[in-house]
Amino acid sequence: MREWTCAAISEGRHRLRLLKAAVFLACLAPLAALFARGLGVGGATLGANPVEFVLHALGKWGLNFLLLTLAVSPLRAIIGRAWPLGFRRMLGLFAFFYATLHLLCWLVLDQGLYLQGIAADIAKRPFITIGVLAYLLLVPLAVTSTDRMLRRLGRRWKTLHRLVYAVVLLGVWHYYWLVKADVREPLFYLAMTLLLLGWRVRTRLRRTCP
Amino acid sequence: MPTTRPRSGHSARIASSELTPQSVWLRRREFVLAGLAAGLLPGVLRAAPDGAGLSYTRNARYGAGETPNSYEDITTYNNFYEFGTGKEDPARRAGRFRPAPWSLRIEGEADRTGVFALEDILRPHPLEERVYRLRCVEAWSMVVPWVGFPLADLLRRFAPTSRAKYVAFTTAAIPEQMPGLAYRVLDWPYVEGLRIDEAMHPLAFVATGLYGQPLPNQNGAPLRLVLPWKYGFKSIKSIVAIRFTATQPPTSWNRAAPREYGFYANVNPAVDHPRWSQARERRIGAGVFGARRPTLAFNGYAEEVASLYAGMDLRRHF
Repeated sequence: MREWTCAAISEGRHRLRLLKAAVFLACLAPLAALFARGLGVGGATLGANPVEFVLHALGKWGLNFLLLTLAVSPLRAIIGRAWPLGFRRMLGLFAFFYATLHLLCWLVLDQGLYLQGIAADIAKRPFITIGVLAYLLLVPLAVTSTDRMLRRLGRRWKTLHRLVYAVVLLGVWHYYWLVKADVREPLFYLAMTLLLLGWRVRTRLRRTCP
Repeated sequence: MPTTRPRSGHSARIASSELTPQSVWLRRREFVLAGLAAGLLPGVLRAAPDGAGLSYTRNARYGAGETPNSYEDITTYNNFYEFGTGKEDPARRAGRFRPAPWSLRIEGEADRTGVFALEDILRPHPLEERVYRLRCVEAWSMVVPWVGFPLADLLRRFAPTSRAKYVAFTTAAIPEQMPGLAYRVLDWPYVEGLRIDEAMHPLAFVATGLYGQPLPNQNGAPLRLVLPWKYGFKSIKSIVAIRFTATQPPTSWNRAAPREYGFYANVNPAVDHPRWSQARERRIGAGVFGARRPTLAFNGYAEEVASLYAGMDLRRHF
């Protein structure tokens, strides 16, 4: 039996903080791996087309983190514990982080800040249009991710953050449209997305019509 | 270090870096550049530096001012879906492919048709090296020192008849050797085609080697087309059949997505792919900070080939 409940709680908090720090570092690993490849650590390289390699890796990690963010609620329900919620904001912000790097990589490394070409691509190429749109929808979510904004927005915060469903669908669509012929991987992402969104639809239906 | 050649098909799964010592490739490139600098004319016989490569002459008409991509880049960044759809798949997964023995089936509107052994196909043709730009429809490009001979020289030997208006080509489709065939991303076998005057154009080239060595499997061994004014997918690899036809033959990418890939597929910065711009391209090997460069009409070969398409609406015949 615990003698000091307060001490136990503070120990739990301490452990959570350590775990969060560890997860934070793990979330940076994909970026670190790109740098390691770029520097040729262990003979690894970015391949013959390094810009494409970096661009695609960053985009995929943006999607991965979006899906991880969406996986938090189902995980909480399945294990019946609330602790996964403590990681959701971090995962969401990492999705924004990688999406931002992906966009910057396209603007700077791929397009060389050639504004005329960038504008034409956004206007004329649907896969780029929806990619940019997905990113723009992600921005307000990142901006309102602080505790203060959460308090200030109250119930509207939750409504606003449902935008993430649109973002992930647009993101997967963006990937699907970019691929020339082999759509297996984009379809895998779509399947994961539909699984995670489908779970939400199901729980909602159960709640409303018992 | 013994040099292992991809041509000896039983040497499965060789790391590309082991194909030939890098120093040899580096020297080869210096040699090419030195030859260019000295303004050497065609007709100077140059054996491969390690003495085991192909014998060929360098055709100095092509590639002046271009620096070829590294052997590493040319042989590890490939689109050859029969070995997988990733750019690195062909280099990793073409080890089981056996480009010898090989035969070529000649069919259709020609006087000499039948099945010919590769040796008989190649024997009469003196090899030359041509440094060509390669522009992929995905908006990247390379410079490759091919070794081979003009396609016209090969086709004339079969005496095409006056009914031969087009030439159709087919790639090998051997499931045990080409693991990418397991996934029907395209309708196998891969097929391509040219109008007969395009095929007879002096720029149209049959490559049997690159960098003075026999073609690695992933680059289309034992023989492939090189059509530098067209997007790369027209330059069909590992050819097993050539058919002379009276009507326009089907082509694989056009069948898969007719709105995106036309029969002609001439490099044209003014006609965008529906999903991406063709105005600029990324030169492989330029590194992370290399800028895109403007794409040239007919990939810079307009002077030679533009007349083939005189009077045609290239927006419609893309």
